[in-house]
Amino acid sequence: MTQVAAANATHDCRKSFAEELLALAREDERIVAVCNDSVGSSNLVAFRNEFPDRLINVGIAEQDLVGVGAGLANGGMIPFVSAAAPFLTGRALEQIKADVAYSQVKVVLCGQSPGMAYGELGPTHHSIEDLSWLRAIADVPIVVPADPAQTRAAVRWAAYHTGPSYLRIPRFPVPDVTPPGTPFEFGRSVQLTDGEDVTVIAAGSLVSRALDAADQLAGTGIGVRVINMACIEPLDTAAVLAAAQQTRGIVTAEEATVTGGLGAAVATLVAQTHPCPMRILGVPRTFAPTGSASFLLEHFQLTAQGIATAARELAGDGPR
Amino acid sequence: MLTADLERARGYLTERKRLQEASTPDAVAALRALSSSVRLADLEMVSRARLGHIGGDFSVVDILVTLYGAVLSVDPLNPDAPHRDRFILSKGHCAGALYATLAHCGFFPIAELESFAQPLSALNGHPNRTKVPGVETNTGPLGHGFPVAVGCALAAKLRGAANRTFVVLGDGELQEGSNWEAAMTASHYQLGSLTAVVDRNRLQQGARTEETKQLEPLADKWTSFGWQVREVDGHDHAELLDAFRPGNDDRPVCVIAHTTKGKGVSFMEDRVEWHHKVPTREQVDTAREELTR
Repeated sequence: MTQVAAANATHDCRKSFAEELLALAREDERIVAVCNDSVGSSNLVAFRNEFPDRLINVGIAEQDLVGVGAGLANGGMIPFVSAAAPFLTGRALEQIKADVAYSQVKVVLCGQSPGMAYGELGPTHHSIEDLSWLRAIADVPIVVPADPAQTRAAVRWAAYHTGPSYLRIPRFPVPDVTPPGTPFEFGRSVQLTDGEDVTVIAAGSLVSRALDAADQLAGTGIGVRVINMACIEPLDTAAVLAAAQQTRGIVTAEEATVTGGLGAAVATLVAQTHPCPMRILGVPRTFAPTGSASFLLEHFQLTAQGIATAARELAGDGPR
Repeated sequence: MLTADLERARGYLTERKRLQEASTPDAVAALRALSSSVRLADLEMVSRARLGHIGGDFSVVDILVTLYGAVLSVDPLNPDAPHRDRFILSKGHCAGALYATLAHCGFFPIAELESFAQPLSALNGHPNRTKVPGVETNTGPLGHGFPVAVGCALAAKLRGAANRTFVVLGDGELQEGSNWEAAMTASHYQLGSLTAVVDRNRLQQGARTEETKQLEPLADKWTSFGWQVREVDGHDHAELLDAFRPGNDDRPVCVIAHTTKGKGVSFMEDRVEWHHKVPTREQVDTAREELTR
């Protein structure tokens, strides 16, 4: 592969998740994977082959899935509870609230294929609500990795964090966006570009698109600060406030409903501390029409072009 | 987080050992006395707080007392010991009975029961493991405790630990589908160290279980899910002690404990309104008298 091709290559982060989890399992016998008939879709076949006893498959039963995970944690294991994000968070929301968050046990909730990754399978299989739902529950950190490196780092962090966490593992192919050697720091974002005109705060699959938007706008003389906000809870408040103070406005971009995710978190903070113009890009409060994941991102203007348009509006007259 | 009553905790550990080695009649006499104390304490708690679930509390007390008094390997002086037996009260609304039992075993001072449901008390209307020692998971919404108990038993199996896991379920609670998911998982994974106790008082919040959504044939349901079933009088300590013995194969054990809601107080027994009714002062006096007879 040429260097250019390598730079443009995209990845399914579920693979990185599974590889890192297997590596962890080799190091620490307390690591167990718990799934709901999702051995294949969670990429846990290799884990099962190497550690058959430590792959707990409760069948198609998400409430049981999360409760069993909480019990395994009580018994001294480190459970990675993995299922398609819509079913993990929707079907088992009360278990996440009571058995995991309120009970404060170290369960790593792994939401696979989130956002609109399941495309044509439709809104029943989309997970655009998870960020809103989980942000409403106390004491569950929400981590949305943007690429393979960040996915691996988040998996390793979650295994030894003191309490529960939710990892939203992208399925939609994404390129590498994390500069080599960048550590994953809980509650800290990664600033990817240094623009001073407008800020784009993005998460997950939208980070690479934010970088593309910044490239487009750089050609017109507008400097865009791109921030990868992998931790949605707790939010990197210092980075958000700096952006509010130092640039003309903030665009947020996420593959989730705009009712309560990243954009809402940023807006709540800046409205009460340093109000600034904002554009909140995501899925409006609607059920998506039929279409592939890629089509739906275009449909809702969750593209480099859509982000660039919003950023240009906030930049006003252009470079200052 | 509440902390142990050291003296009572030491006494409890000694007494539990004694009862485990005692003849059944001796153990039963001691457990009966403990049940009486726990019911009286619970009556005072509900009366003081003007809330609670006294009917279900009184149906489950003898189960709790038998477990803590002579079965569970738990230590109030070291409530997080890794290889402790696990006990989960899935019918978390009967927290009053659990708190009174835990306090009598020294997990925290009995005087703390006076704070039940008071502002900022550790003793919430439903149990919280981050505040009350001996509580394994925060229950309240029904259908939650059983899957967690399955996870506890699975962890023990994976670690090769010998500890047992007990979970107490309300009978009405079995209308929650998550229980049957858990029942399937437990038998699939051959969790012989797990015992689920059904507090079969035949009443739920608004009516009889069989009028609301019938559970019978209940024993057949459990059997068909791959469980050993033992049916006992849930107020007979000797029968409960026998039912709580370990299983003799890899099947998890279901104890269907036939109980009476409001057990021990004539005007509460088997009456649906005492699910969460609060007794008047006169009724408290009558109840106290009946419970100390």
